[in-house]
Amino acid sequence: MSNIVSALNNKAYADGIAEVREIGLQGMITLRGDLASSAVKSAATSVTGVKMPAPGHANSDGQHGICWMSPDELLVLCPYDAVADTLEKMGKSLAKAHALYVDVSDARAVFELSGPHAREVLAKLVPVDLSPAAFTSGMFRRSRMAQIPAAFWLHAPDSFRIVTFRSNAQYAFDLLKVAAQPGSEVGYFKG
Amino acid sequence: MLILTCPCCGVTGEETEFHAGGEAHLKRFGPGSSEDQFEEYLFMRENPKGVHFERWRHVNGCGKWFHAARNTVTLEVYGTYAAQTHEPPADLRDKITEKVPGWTWREFQ
Repeated sequence: MSNIVSALNNKAYADGIAEVREIGLQGMITLRGDLASSAVKSAATSVTGVKMPAPGHANSDGQHGICWMSPDELLVLCPYDAVADTLEKMGKSLAKAHALYVDVSDARAVFELSGPHAREVLAKLVPVDLSPAAFTSGMFRRSRMAQIPAAFWLHAPDSFRIVTFRSNAQYAFDLLKVAAQPGSEVGYFKG
Repeated sequence: MLILTCPCCGVTGEETEFHAGGEAHLKRFGPGSSEDQFEEYLFMRENPKGVHFERWRHVNGCGKWFHAARNTVTLEVYGTYAAQTHEPPADLRDKITEKVPGWTWREFQ
């Protein structure tokens, strides 16, 4: 059996003002359909154990979670090893619904950006108001990070999870590393 | 810099998160139309100094298309509305009239 690795194989950078880490293998399933339908909702919630998020929000608990991607799309998070089982379970609940569910784990890369300056580091790269008052825990935002699409949410206080396309992983890592270089604190959010 | 609000996902972002998709409310003419109609559809575009209607796509967000009404001189965005319509909504037109009395754009005013 081949050795499955994530895009950057858990590469990390800890010498800057925030820690950047590729979190390695994370199961991700795209679920598209009518998000108002109970079949789609229960397909997502029953396999993850978290509640259905409001538009623009994400609910996550460890490796499980549901992210609201667009009015007809969710990103369902689960442990990498559990993807096949999860897909099978979702298939059963969605048997009669018009919906699409597909494994995208190997098509994405997930980064963790953590530390007291994490907000500042990310705010340098995305055109989004990341002040503690505007971007709060539970919110989920798809935007761009310099030249690439990226989606992110606060997984824990001062700790962002950032999802990018796998083919952009090295670019995203380099970008975060430069934005986190030592001595580059802005101090804007600290008052 | 334009600040647009996507009517599909409700996110307010600046223009680099979106992508412009050309003029709004084009009437399509295909097989069976006259050459003048086809030329009009294919090449003739508004180039107004003032009120303008465009299609935009939330390309780095939810990926949906929508319409936007804006001013090409002041860069003010009057509002955004769903893509599934043939004309700007009445309340948006009233709002523009308040700010730019007597505006016209193609058959709309």
